[in-house]
Amino acid sequence: MTENYDLFEHDVLVIGAGGAGLRAVISASQAGLNVGLVCKSLLGKAHTVMAEGGVAGALGNLDKKDCWEVHFKDTMKGGQFINNWRIVEIFAKEAPERVLELEQWGAVFDRTPDGLILQRPFGGHTYRRLSHVGDRTGLEIIRTLQDKAVSCGIKTYMEVTFTRLLKDGDRVVGAIGYYRPSGKFIAIKAKAVVLATGGWGRMFKVTSNSWESTGDGVMMAYEAGAELLDMEMVQFHPTGMVWPPGVRGLLVTEGVRGDGGILRNSKGERFMFKPEYMPEMYRGQYAETEEEAHRWLEDKDNNRRPPELLPRDVVARSIYKEVLAGRGSEHGGVYLDITHRGADFIRRKLPSMYDQFYALGGVDITKQPMEVYPTIHYTMGGIRTEPESCATTVPGLYAAGEVAAGLHGANRLGGNSLSDILVFGRRAGDGAAEFAKAASHGSLDERQIEEEMSLMLAPFTCEGKENPYRLTQELQEAMQEGAMIARNEEGLSKCLQTILSLQERAKNLHVDGAREYNPGWHTARDIRYMLKTSEVIVRCALERKESRGAQWRTDYPDRDPEWGKKNLIAGKEGDQVKVSTRPMSEMPPELAKLFEEGK
Amino acid sequence: MDKVILKVFRGDSNGGTEQDYEVPTFEGMVVLDAIHYIQINLDSTLACRWNCKAAKCGSCSAEINGVPRLMCKTHVSDMAANGRPIVVHPLKTFPVIRDLVTDVSWNYRNSEKIKPLQLAPDAPKPLVMQQMDVDRIQEFRKCIECFLCQTVCHILRNHNVKEQFYGPRQLIKLANLDMHPYDALDRREMIRKEAGVGFCNITKCCTEVCPEHIHITDNGIIPLKERVADEYFDPIQHLIRKLSGADKKKK
Ligand code: SF4
Ligand code: SF4
Ligand code: FES
Repeated sequence: MTENYDLFEHDVLVIGAGGAGLRAVISASQAGLNVGLVCKSLLGKAHTVMAEGGVAGALGNLDKKDCWEVHFKDTMKGGQFINNWRIVEIFAKEAPERVLELEQWGAVFDRTPDGLILQRPFGGHTYRRLSHVGDRTGLEIIRTLQDKAVSCGIKTYMEVTFTRLLKDGDRVVGAIGYYRPSGKFIAIKAKAVVLATGGWGRMFKVTSNSWESTGDGVMMAYEAGAELLDMEMVQFHPTGMVWPPGVRGLLVTEGVRGDGGILRNSKGERFMFKPEYMPEMYRGQYAETEEEAHRWLEDKDNNRRPPELLPRDVVARSIYKEVLAGRGSEHGGVYLDITHRGADFIRRKLPSMYDQFYALGGVDITKQPMEVYPTIHYTMGGIRTEPESCATTVPGLYAAGEVAAGLHGANRLGGNSLSDILVFGRRAGDGAAEFAKAASHGSLDERQIEEEMSLMLAPFTCEGKENPYRLTQELQEAMQEGAMIARNEEGLSKCLQTILSLQERAKNLHVDGAREYNPGWHTARDIRYMLKTSEVIVRCALERKESRGAQWRTDYPDRDPEWGKKNLIAGKEGDQVKVSTRPMSEMPPELAKLFEEGK
Repeated sequence: MDKVILKVFRGDSNGGTEQDYEVPTFEGMVVLDAIHYIQINLDSTLACRWNCKAAKCGSCSAEINGVPRLMCKTHVSDMAANGRPIVVHPLKTFPVIRDLVTDVSWNYRNSEKIKPLQLAPDAPKPLVMQQMDVDRIQEFRKCIECFLCQTVCHILRNHNVKEQFYGPRQLIKLANLDMHPYDALDRREMIRKEAGVGFCNITKCCTEVCPEHIHITDNGIIPLKERVADEYFDPIQHLIRKLSGADKKKK
């Protein structure tokens, strides 16, 4: 049986239609090229839509002292200095311009009394820096970019899942996948490919991620030979919903804390004030009494911010410890209380949180506290890219947004992901366009295409009995137990063993039904990516024998300065995952001196 | 209640039937949870769309007990009162692809025809706009493109005039652009002709189903009707409004 496939051709192919992908197609098509955009869902439904709190960029609309240098420092500190300083520098310098450009394209941010873009405070940011629209900033950004991209005359392929990059020698020259509605195959030939496929959180049980976040993008790059960086760094957002069970893990925006939300344990203690939770690096920079934290709500210039606004890794760990010590809430979380801001304020500034708790949790957040617990949220690790062009280590392949690594280091600050996708989405589009202009099309290798198609179709005829949903659930249990917030050698090793045995079992996956819109079949493909991604995460987590940012090793509880000088690299060698380290380049003196100035 | 029966449409463009599934329930369960239970435990081929499971992406639209709703926001306990089965069908106004998945591409095609914001040449950078001036367009921008309003609107649902009427979703998109303080395009022709605002007879069914609580009819469509009516039928009133500053844009 030979399978047919549709074949299309573009100068630049962008895979993934969240903010990064959309921003990339805009710049590639403004460079005059013919651009194709592939999205796994319908256009405008990608994960960006769920970003709530805001987009970080030092506009200084409220705090005149804010500038790119402070944003740079905040981001490096938040990432615990394993971020790529050059990437962070570009990011902090370009973020304001990218935000303002959105406004030119139709985004309507909340306003200051002077009629400028309103900015809110957030964890780890020294100043009020997050441009926002209530608590639906991601929706605003994706819709703006979507309208702009569509008006650039690009070709969009909706509900198409790509499963493999196609290579001609060393170079990536296209990709193959399938249409979800018909189950038929589609290949696209391109001079350059941008991966903007987002993160991977579905291999954990409690996650704020959608079904799409299965790691297919990062694994396609890995299979094509790209280097991955610091894959152990998976962010646990401190505040996910815990009750009822159906919404466990659903995100509660950091905007709640930015707007004054207070964390308490079951004894009513505002536990973030406990000195043992304050990291050395941040001592003296946060309010030390509840009174000061309260005054800060009205007078931000003369008071320090509340400790609820420490970086996410710190707050998540503190919540974890409180619950572990038996001071948790009814359903095993802690309380997050915003009622003191009054019903009007809450409904205006946090309308979708209000709706979310009211409709899904039966809780009126203007009257009652919320219950929250850490949830898997974001992946700092990913594909290694060049700071300027977003080129990966594979010629013709570019990456931007959550799938790429280097900007956030060991922990991402809230609000930095939305500016990340704007700054590096644009740069990846430009980088790919430049490459495409100088290149001609490569040739597609029929053998690779055949191979992928038969791999895809195998579960229909496989004699085995493994069910893709069951395997997914077993993987999620294993990762939740062994690779979550508190990690150690024993738990990680056990988790790795489970992953490897699940990989064996995945060879016997069987699915029923036809190829048209068959979710069981789709899951059979997704699980392979999830298993491989999980393996890489766990191998890297085992290798990093220290605690830093999101990686908390209870058997190595301290930060090790040696580990602060290098990154972990994962790459494919034959059939094996090879994990190694690479020294980081030294920060140039003009940037290094920013940290001495105490500014 | 520890169990519930779901009657789910199974089929494709050639038609189909309802199929019964018995699903165990838990506290706070929503219809999308029940659909996922079926996929995992009873029939892995059941097709549906979803992404966020938080009523933020507008993917999981379906007709539940005959009313268009988001499956991730609709509680099983509210739908199965007195042990009644819950009937889940795809959106009626759009062609079925498979099971609960419909072909909504018509909406995207129309959306593409609407030109994005075009800033007036003298617009300052950055833009200066008061919160008061953007409140009303921010309401329209809350739209998650679930197309529930499109499926419920009887003009599209029963009279199938898709060639002449863009439907409520696109009308509020136009209203958003038209009311933007710095938009330089004259969109009245499009609102009247291609988008067919005149077809709407203000039944407000769209407003009732909107999960974002957008006042589609009162705040969006009626002002649009007035705008084109001003232009085409009542030049005097248009002039008065202009002079009084009530119509402060497009001077
Ligand atoms: S108010 Fe107009 S657009 Fe809305 S449902 Fe009625 S006829 Fe349709
Ligand atoms: S206006 Fe409301 S009902 Fe219509 S598509 Fe938008 S969110 Fe859905
Ligand atoms: S899944 Fe996103 S709105 Fe229901």
